[in-house]
Amino acid sequence: MDIDLDPIEQFDAPIYHRYHATSSRAITPFLHAMKRGEILGHLSTATGKVLFPPLGACPESGEATHIPVILSDTGTVIGFTTVHLPIPGSKLVPPFTVANILLDGADQACSHLISECDIDEVAIGMRVLAVWRPAEVWNNSLENIEYFKPTGEPLVDIDALQQQCLAKAEQRKEAAKGGQDA
Amino acid sequence: MREVAIVAYAQSPQVRQEKILNEVEMLMPVIEAALTEAAMTMNDIDFVCSGSCDYIAGGAFSFVGAVDALGATPSKMESHVEMDAAWALYESWLKIQAGEISSALIYGFGKSSVGDLPDVMSQQCDPYYLAPLWPDSISMAGLQASALLATGRYTERDFAEVVVDSRRKAKANPAAQLSGDREVEALLTAPYIASPLRRHDCCPITDGVSVLIITDKSALPKTTKKPVYIRGIDHRMEAHQLGIRTLSESGSTTQALAQAKLQAGIEQFDIAELYAPFSPQTLILKDALGLDDQVDINPSGGPLAGHIMMSAGLDRFGMSFRALQKDEVTTALAHATSGPCLQHNMVAILEAG
Amino acid sequence: MTVPDNSLLEADFELGFTYTRSPGIIIGKFLAALKQQKIYGIRANDGSVLFPPTEYDPRTAESLDDFVPLSDRGRLLYWTWIDQPRDHHQMSQSFAFAMIQLDGADVPFLHRMLADSPEHLSSGMAVKVQWAEERRGAITDIHGFVSATGG
Repeated sequence: MDIDLDPIEQFDAPIYHRYHATSSRAITPFLHAMKRGEILGHLSTATGKVLFPPLGACPESGEATHIPVILSDTGTVIGFTTVHLPIPGSKLVPPFTVANILLDGADQACSHLISECDIDEVAIGMRVLAVWRPAEVWNNSLENIEYFKPTGEPLVDIDALQQQCLAKAEQRKEAAKGGQDA
Repeated sequence: MREVAIVAYAQSPQVRQEKILNEVEMLMPVIEAALTEAAMTMNDIDFVCSGSCDYIAGGAFSFVGAVDALGATPSKMESHVEMDAAWALYESWLKIQAGEISSALIYGFGKSSVGDLPDVMSQQCDPYYLAPLWPDSISMAGLQASALLATGRYTERDFAEVVVDSRRKAKANPAAQLSGDREVEALLTAPYIASPLRRHDCCPITDGVSVLIITDKSALPKTTKKPVYIRGIDHRMEAHQLGIRTLSESGSTTQALAQAKLQAGIEQFDIAELYAPFSPQTLILKDALGLDDQVDINPSGGPLAGHIMMSAGLDRFGMSFRALQKDEVTTALAHATSGPCLQHNMVAILEAG
Repeated sequence: MTVPDNSLLEADFELGFTYTRSPGIIIGKFLAALKQQKIYGIRANDGSVLFPPTEYDPRTAESLDDFVPLSDRGRLLYWTWIDQPRDHHQMSQSFAFAMIQLDGADVPFLHRMLADSPEHLSSGMAVKVQWAEERRGAITDIHGFVSATGG
């Protein structure tokens, strides 16, 4: 027989799980440094590259990383996107621009917001500077940097920048090898 | 069929809580240890396959992050199963059979201490009839244990004997979390946590990782003294709804064994490593596999001595590999399971080369 | 308070998966009936009655649609007593997860068995549904099962 009722079509079935996280060996010094207003990367001795944010592993070589490198809070935009749709749960009001920023001294880009300029002005190669929140509210996160703003310097040729970075990484790699040999 | 051999196995200590290292940091030294044992580098590995579950530690796409531990430059041929890493081994074995690859590195990892594993496991249940009741993994195993007692085949004393045996054997396994000399009488005085299960009947929450390397016979590393061949391997799954199954038996295990025996032409085993996270399941599996007292069951201590969720099945292959390095052991049965109450079972027959 | 540098940082967090489920026609009708305190099983092609109803026969995968009305009574087969319920169990007192076979059904299913203590439970005892006070068309509209003979 049939059941002469309209089927329940949809129902909410939210699931909540609780977790207790601990910061790992590699990430802990980075998180403490953020609270001091310092940006900490990791040197990969296998490749000579400076990784940021530091996760404790060099994805290129698979080797553990732990040597800290203090990075500048200035950098170069190597890619960006402008978001026009609101993101559920986000405090950000569209439109806003998220950029991949290569911090000076790093070989790996990180994502952050670009502000204090027109969206149309954001360009690949743009030089940017971190705008920090007041020191009183600093916590153990990248949120201490509210956004990056243009420095007004001329655009950088990012292909040339890549070559410079690779050359420097090669030097650091050789230096690390020499250190090991000694 | 191509002859596929296990050539290396490494495991982290099976600890109750790894507070300091994240999954990638746990994996790196264990991958290195396995590669060293096989005298291989990542460049010698054709394929990498892992087993893990994001719900366990609450990190979305954690298996993608884990690839960092491999040094994925140049990029690797990689795959992942949201199942125990024994199924990652099966995928790798199939790829060798297909002639696509000749070597594979398989890893599994789980940091169960971060979340609430029994609750997380209830998310395996169907979302309409079971999941809303949140039957956690211990409760479901308790129901299965109760079904087993109802048959009259075993008693709670038999459950305790499985635990005593596990703890005693685990004394020889330095990576074990729980080991020692326990008395059946003392165990039987402990309170129930999900009757008829007591705390000691349940596998311990464990943080850890493990890595296993297999190769085609043609690609066997020259330094491998005693490869362990996978002579037969099969897995079978039963219905999800508990009421449809006979919980006191494991028909899928018996079927998988029959198929594995057909492939292997081997009927007798010196040892068996069984993925039975709850003590009564050891008895159900022993019956399903027709193992007699001549077979040394879980010489490593088994999952009751340490249970890396998502890798405990792969560990049965690894522990068998280790046991087969000894002269007196030549054949082993490795079993892995997935799903509530032994829903899905894999059986492999291993032989020392 | 100064935190010594490089001490591990710890934090609790909660992950929410805010799913909306679509149960489909067969389960949807079953749940709609449950909301009205009516219980149906489904007839498999071999004539046996499955509860709870699925749109397929879990043994043969044939599609099913022949509902069979069932009573709110059945038998307790076996159980596991949960002395200290977990938060997710949504139970303020000890209870049992149990396999219960409804009268007229040919297979048991998992639900809650409510009793003051495990001593009140026995294999084969007659049980009946205790309905949830608020029903929304979910398996939890059945709050659990209690002894059909009282006590």
